[in-house]
Amino acid sequence: MDFLSNLIVNIGAWLRSLLIGAGMDEMGAALVVKAIGAVVVASFPLVVVIFLIWAYRKIAARMQGRLGPNSSGTWAGPYGVLQTFADAIKMLTKEDVRPEGVDPVPYNLAPILVVFASVVVWAVIPFGPGRELIGADLSIGIFYILAFSSAALVVFLMAGWSSNNKYATVGAFRAVAQLIGYEIPQLLAILAVVMVAGSLSMQDIVGAQDVVFLVAMPVTALIFLLASFAEVNARPFELLEAESELVCGYFIEYSGMKFGMFYLAEFMNAVAVAAIFSTLFLGGWRGPWVDQAPILGTIWSLVKMGVMIFLWMLVQITLPRLRIDQMLAFNWKFLVPLALVNLCVVGVVNRGITEWFPAGASAWTRAGILLVANLVVALATWGVLAAGERRQERRRVAWEAAQVEELEVGA
Amino acid sequence: MTLQQALFLLFGLIALGAAVGVVVARRVFHAALWLLLAFFGVAGLYVLLEAPFFAAAQLFVYMGAIGILIIFAIMLTRGMMRQQMPRVNDQWWLAGLLALILLGVLAWLVWQQPPVVASRLVPEDSLNWLGLALIDPEGFALPFEVASVLLVMALIGAIAIVRER
Amino acid sequence: MLGSFIFVGFLLVVALALACVMIGLSWLLRPKHPSPLKSEIYECGLRPHGESWVQFKAQYYIFALVFLIFDVEAVFLFPWAVVYNWLPFYAVLEGVLFVLLLGAALVYVWRKGALEWM
Repeated sequence: MDFLSNLIVNIGAWLRSLLIGAGMDEMGAALVVKAIGAVVVASFPLVVVIFLIWAYRKIAARMQGRLGPNSSGTWAGPYGVLQTFADAIKMLTKEDVRPEGVDPVPYNLAPILVVFASVVVWAVIPFGPGRELIGADLSIGIFYILAFSSAALVVFLMAGWSSNNKYATVGAFRAVAQLIGYEIPQLLAILAVVMVAGSLSMQDIVGAQDVVFLVAMPVTALIFLLASFAEVNARPFELLEAESELVCGYFIEYSGMKFGMFYLAEFMNAVAVAAIFSTLFLGGWRGPWVDQAPILGTIWSLVKMGVMIFLWMLVQITLPRLRIDQMLAFNWKFLVPLALVNLCVVGVVNRGITEWFPAGASAWTRAGILLVANLVVALATWGVLAAGERRQERRRVAWEAAQVEELEVGA
Repeated sequence: MTLQQALFLLFGLIALGAAVGVVVARRVFHAALWLLLAFFGVAGLYVLLEAPFFAAAQLFVYMGAIGILIIFAIMLTRGMMRQQMPRVNDQWWLAGLLALILLGVLAWLVWQQPPVVASRLVPEDSLNWLGLALIDPEGFALPFEVASVLLVMALIGAIAIVRER
Repeated sequence: MLGSFIFVGFLLVVALALACVMIGLSWLLRPKHPSPLKSEIYECGLRPHGESWVQFKAQYYIFALVFLIFDVEAVFLFPWAVVYNWLPFYAVLEGVLFVLLLGAALVYVWRKGALEWM
């Protein structure tokens, strides 16, 4: 029972002792175990996505009143679970139709880099307390994730331009315009979290959440959620791969496994966003009884990730898409100013709490005051939007009155 | 050869090789991609200097924002994307000679200096110290605020230029 | 500190290897029968017309510019956000001033109409 209660750490220690027994020195054994850990962390999103694709199609189907993957035709496992494997085999063996005039280097590099960027962010996602249950507890934790997701944006330009296709090029431009736009509110929301937690390291952020930040800063969480949905091309920001509009956008000319890798990377990004949100706002691995059995930390973090993935699926299945100008206007004219205001308010209030309670405020007090501040921001935003709407209404009424007058004068 | 030396060589070669690639690439778009690889190499060097925040900032700002801006600027120029530039121009021998002379002068200068030893180890919480330095009124608080004014100026200037088109 | 980056290095190599293995597997397994009809560029089923380069809207460049400014602002704000809670109150005001200046820049860009999608 004791072995089970800290399962992953114990397995690591057992592997190390095995290697040392086989004659390796301690440094080498630690390195090998780290390398094995890297392979496990890299394959985790892959395994989750394989299951997730089936789950998404099944849940989407049931929500839309149809069956989804099933075994009524060719056998595909109970409830059609082997459907994803069938899809993977199909993609692996499809011919790579390469159109004329493509630039070979960016064309081939783009799918590789897209999967690379999706896997690399998992190094800093914590799966449990302590230094063992996280890939690398970097002091720049969340900033590392931001850096790699930002650096990966250029891959879309590579894919779009090298395809030698008008639609791909336009799709790539729009993709980059959307993604860079929504990165600003995402990182402003992350800044707010960092301000309250006092550190960039992911373990420290989880450690600072005696009260989960979703309760303490709901507006920040909402901003981050919306911005992250836009970053992973989920509805309602799914413009870039609208099959009926831009014909799959920047990956038109990709077929077979290369297209499969873009598809895979999109799902892996969604899982990564679920993991990041649950770490930043839902308390990561925190939950009851984690002190006694750290393996429960892993289970709690997976449960929270699952909840966020289900939320992503729900939003993806039910909402329609926005147009590009609606989406960009929403970002630059609403989300960014809101995120800036939220940052200032959280900054001032958080510092104010430290000032008024020099002996140290309890977590609940701090969370409560931050919650009140966030609600004030939300109410103020609602007030501004309502005032704007009233002004638009007045203008419309005045315009209509002017039209009627014109008609009367004309007649 | 310790691991650090090997990694330094690796990242240095990546950065230098990519820089050469920028200059000799036939197509402008390829030159931009080589430039992004050079940024990545420099980020690796920052990690070796125990400045992970700057490595991430390098990836975040240079690869993520400036790289995209450069590629957009290339695409904005009609006809740039199609042409195949020659690798070197006619005066390559003169440029090579000047570069070698410069290399000689720099190498001689570096040789003259005593070996550099860091006076202190980089602290574990270097990011905290950076923050403190940025806020301290006797530190860099004024440059911090001036930087924001500079950014505002850059934005206003850029909008003024682009809008005239 | 560098020790934790060893894992990152391993993960970078493994991630790259994973992506390359997937592509390599596909390259081994797939048929290769190129034909001129298959190599045509896709344009809704019609014959491709004209060059594949489109007039690039200047609007994209403006969005990229505004993004760059806010990006650099964020890099300055991260160290501030980490330590401001342990400093005297003026530290907050310094940061808020920084943010407000950039908010003013955003308002300027908005009023100038540079944020419209044409």
